[in-house]
Amino acid sequence: MEILNYAFMQRALLAAVLVGITAPAIGIYLVQRRQALMGDGIGHVAMTGVGLGFLLSWSPVWMATVVSVLGAVLMELIRWYGRTRGDIALAMLFYGGMAGGVMFINLSPGGSNANLTSYLFGSLSTVSESDVTAICLLAAFVVLVTVGLRRQLFAVSQDEEFARVTGLPVRALNLLTAVTAAVTVTVAMRVVGLLLVSALMVVPVAAAQQLTRSFAATFAISVALGVSVTIGGTVTSYYQDVPPGATIVLLTIGAFILLSVLAAPLARRRARALAAAQSTADPAECKIPATRGVADEVGV
Amino acid sequence: MSDESVISLRGVRAELGSRPVLRGIDLTVRRGQVVALLGANGSGKSTAVRTVIGQVPVSAGEIELFGTPRRRFRDWARVGYVPQRTTAAGGVPATVTEVVASGRLSRARFGVLRKADHEAVRRALDLVGMADRARDSVNALSGGQHQRVLIARALAAEPELLIMDEPMAGVDLASQEVLAATLRGQVAAGATVLLVLHELGPLEPLIDRAVVLREGCVLHDGPPPEAVGQHALPGHDHVHPHAPAGAEPIRTGLLS
Repeated sequence: MEILNYAFMQRALLAAVLVGITAPAIGIYLVQRRQALMGDGIGHVAMTGVGLGFLLSWSPVWMATVVSVLGAVLMELIRWYGRTRGDIALAMLFYGGMAGGVMFINLSPGGSNANLTSYLFGSLSTVSESDVTAICLLAAFVVLVTVGLRRQLFAVSQDEEFARVTGLPVRALNLLTAVTAAVTVTVAMRVVGLLLVSALMVVPVAAAQQLTRSFAATFAISVALGVSVTIGGTVTSYYQDVPPGATIVLLTIGAFILLSVLAAPLARRRARALAAAQSTADPAECKIPATRGVADEVGV
Repeated sequence: MSDESVISLRGVRAELGSRPVLRGIDLTVRRGQVVALLGANGSGKSTAVRTVIGQVPVSAGEIELFGTPRRRFRDWARVGYVPQRTTAAGGVPATVTEVVASGRLSRARFGVLRKADHEAVRRALDLVGMADRARDSVNALSGGQHQRVLIARALAAEPELLIMDEPMAGVDLASQEVLAATLRGQVAAGATVLLVLHELGPLEPLIDRAVVLREGCVLHDGPPPEAVGQHALPGHDHVHPHAPAGAEPIRTGLLS
């Protein structure tokens, strides 16, 4: 494995594995709440953070983390209070975030949109030592939340109203979900890029669902799938000289299609088993009694 | 039956948007009572229940649960809630057991389920006759089975008070019987029940008191209205399209 001899590839693979774990781990809760595109929105907001990082000569990863966490909290607040035109407010947040990023990059000394490209589409080979440290710390936070609080997050994402009656701190958990999603976006930013982050949050979960009936299995399979495609994509990009972010996303979509095709016979078999189990209890055909009974008398 | 009040609403008002939905509701449910909240669509019966659990904010009045003001009430393990059934399940598959286990969280410290908690989940599934479907996805269930799962979820915490919003809506006959039997068992064990119902139906023999709402006001509070004549026939569907006495005739615009 000559690929492991290079320090930059070691860093790239470590970052890729961490993204493969964290993106589906938080993504599953977003999919469960039917907020699959939230990651995309946070990605747009994070661009302002990257731009600010360049402008102030601070670490773009940490700046993006701060700004996207603020953006995610703002989105959650809009969801609580903005009952009527919440979608418009969100749209303004997304595009404002993107425009802010482009503006700040251009204002920064020696900055151009070329700097932004490596954050928009990922640039694994330029992941630095300090990037890896940041990614490891942020990924640890994401894993801690998504695994440690899985029952609470499951309950809140499944049925918010019921979760409130079990005494769970629903608002705090919603905020935590949004913050964790924001942190994941910045973890994944260097690997797949801000514009493709959401794919790794959503597609592995959708692919795993083709096979599973339980939440636990969906979680495990989507994380396994996430790690496989990020490693596969990184290695492929090394040997074939193709962009890693795009390779990873296309591999994920390929996995989704493959699993959908494989799952079709499985679903048919399950449906047949279910039908067989129910037909013994509940005959599918009507039985017509030979004689009329009392219940057949119709009073007028 | 004791005099201890489990739910108490005094002069409760609530608005949805700017439209007043509750205009000063008084309602007391005492320990061991089974109270049905009846009324037409839009009468405020669901909203009344949702103010009790804190889902709908109250603009005036007081709500107490087990003698504690609702804002300070923390003992949610004593309350089992069955929301009005939504057809939309979560966006990710979940098994019957996973959904019912989330009802046990109110008794679990830090969200860790111990052996006793898993046993309680199992018992709740047994009560509604869904133990054999424990490992199936909730998406594969019929409407009635789904409702049984939601009731098992409420029972998993072994609550003293059950609040149910239209538990019989869209439920097939077999599941209705299971639900009625489950509820009978809970009442016999001393549970207090507040039910939102569209019609009394198969739960009629269980109900001690009926509270009828109209346009956000309590219209009737007392023994359930007895069905007479043809209305008393089994299987009769209670549909009352006629306007209440003293109301203006409905103007359709066709003749006026």
